[in-house]
Amino acid sequence: MSAAAPALGDMLGTRWRRPPMIQRVWLRYALLVGLAAYLVAAIASVEVDWGRVYQGLDRGAAFVMAFAQPDFVSRADAIWAGMVESIVITVASSVVGILISIPIALGAARNIAPVPVYMICRGIIAVSRALQEIIVAILLVAIFGFGPLAGFLTLSFATIGFLSKLLAEDIESMDRSQAEAVRATGARWSQWIDYGVKPQVIPRLIGLSMYRIDINFRESAILGLVGAGGIGATLNTAFDRYEYDTAAAILIIIIGIVMALEYLSGVIRARVQ
Amino acid sequence: MLRLDALTKTYKTGDQALKAVTVDVPPGQVIALIGPSGAGKSTLIRCINRLVEPTSGSVMLEDINLTSLKPGALRRERRRMGMIFQEYALVERLTVMENVLSGRLGYVGFWRSVTRRFPQKDVDEAFRLLDRVGLLHMADKRADQLSGGQRQRVGICRALIQDPALLLVDEPTASLDPKTSRQIMRLICELCAERGLAAIINIHDVALAQMFVARVIGLRFGEVVYDGGPDGLTPDKLTEIYGEEDWEATIEKVDDDADTTIEAAE
Repeated sequence: MSAAAPALGDMLGTRWRRPPMIQRVWLRYALLVGLAAYLVAAIASVEVDWGRVYQGLDRGAAFVMAFAQPDFVSRADAIWAGMVESIVITVASSVVGILISIPIALGAARNIAPVPVYMICRGIIAVSRALQEIIVAILLVAIFGFGPLAGFLTLSFATIGFLSKLLAEDIESMDRSQAEAVRATGARWSQWIDYGVKPQVIPRLIGLSMYRIDINFRESAILGLVGAGGIGATLNTAFDRYEYDTAAAILIIIIGIVMALEYLSGVIRARVQ
Repeated sequence: MLRLDALTKTYKTGDQALKAVTVDVPPGQVIALIGPSGAGKSTLIRCINRLVEPTSGSVMLEDINLTSLKPGALRRERRRMGMIFQEYALVERLTVMENVLSGRLGYVGFWRSVTRRFPQKDVDEAFRLLDRVGLLHMADKRADQLSGGQRQRVGICRALIQDPALLLVDEPTASLDPKTSRQIMRLICELCAERGLAAIINIHDVALAQMFVARVIGLRFGEVVYDGGPDGLTPDKLTEIYGEEDWEATIEKVDDDADTTIEAAE
């Protein structure tokens, strides 16, 4: 007990409140006032041209109306080709990205890797995450030309940053004693990973992989806008030609596939627990 | 058989967990290591198989100095030291058989282990051990489907299939009920006697230790303050190990209902 121990008699009857997160009173209120001022200023700074909005409503309405009568037929060949290309990009980039990200995740887990390896792997992850997919795609289209190869490489690269980081974090938060027990048997490093680490992180790896396949499919639809192949290119063309009914058909197909993937990943994740 | 000589461990934080601990373990002797939380019991056990690197001093297993071994040689020596853990430390998503067979990892190559094709001799021994602890019917269950006592018995099988000369046992009964605790302690001691194994058992429960072992070592603040038979643990000695407390109840009840757990008396 310290010298400043409070006496019970003084405390009985006094009110009790949870101690505030920010102890200093002036700082607490200064932050609140500052936040409110910023919010007002930010909203005031957005310029809205209401005349332009009014004109645009027609175009927006035409677009929305097109969903009522999507046209799957007249550009069926282009939609089909774009879809197949998107699916090929998705599958190929997910497989390659996941395979590469597993060793990088092992290297990026502080409790497994020595410091130099850790630094290198974390560096790779940081680079992959720092560059947004669209920027990478523009760069790779410039290097490899238009087409699905650029899209495939872009998504593989993005998958590495995403999956390695989250998998490494799962490895770092695994139960140490299970891994320690395997090490105590005299297992070598590869066996230790196989018996002590892998069983603990495999459900997370499968869940994240499913999620990433889902993301890669959606991204492959975007990447077409910058010329990296896939259904996005078809979608872009449809917009350019003001063929909103075809565009609507493409969007509906994308939504359908994303929902199917979402459902599938839910089922798979429930099964692997 | 095992000799710790001036074994010292200082953690990076500056805490001295072990202060020049010297202990001699003859072949086949089962020792209970008692002491309050933070006395260095777990550290001592882990310094022997170098899950924790000792700062100085030496650990001699027969005539091999474990403290100076390179990684490859250390792995070979670890096979001779089976370890049983607090909270069992089974790999929960592996089956009971995989957990038991993981005790053979030091003996088989990577491809055999990764494809789970262990030599038939190992598989038979795993079946035999599981049968010995009464869990043969659970062989293909996942480890997380077992109860606490069952898990610890699987943990014992994993340690024994290593064909060790020494068992390092870290709080085997810490999360078990009193009856199961006794069963587990009895099982460990029986198996040690059957196979002529030496063992060091960390244990909180003084009464339980007194029931089963021939030699008790008391650790306090990283130093050995008691080393002798279970009967020599007088109230004075326990006070020296744990601090002031009324010990009469603990000691007297040894013969009938001695399941009072002595937690660290701060």
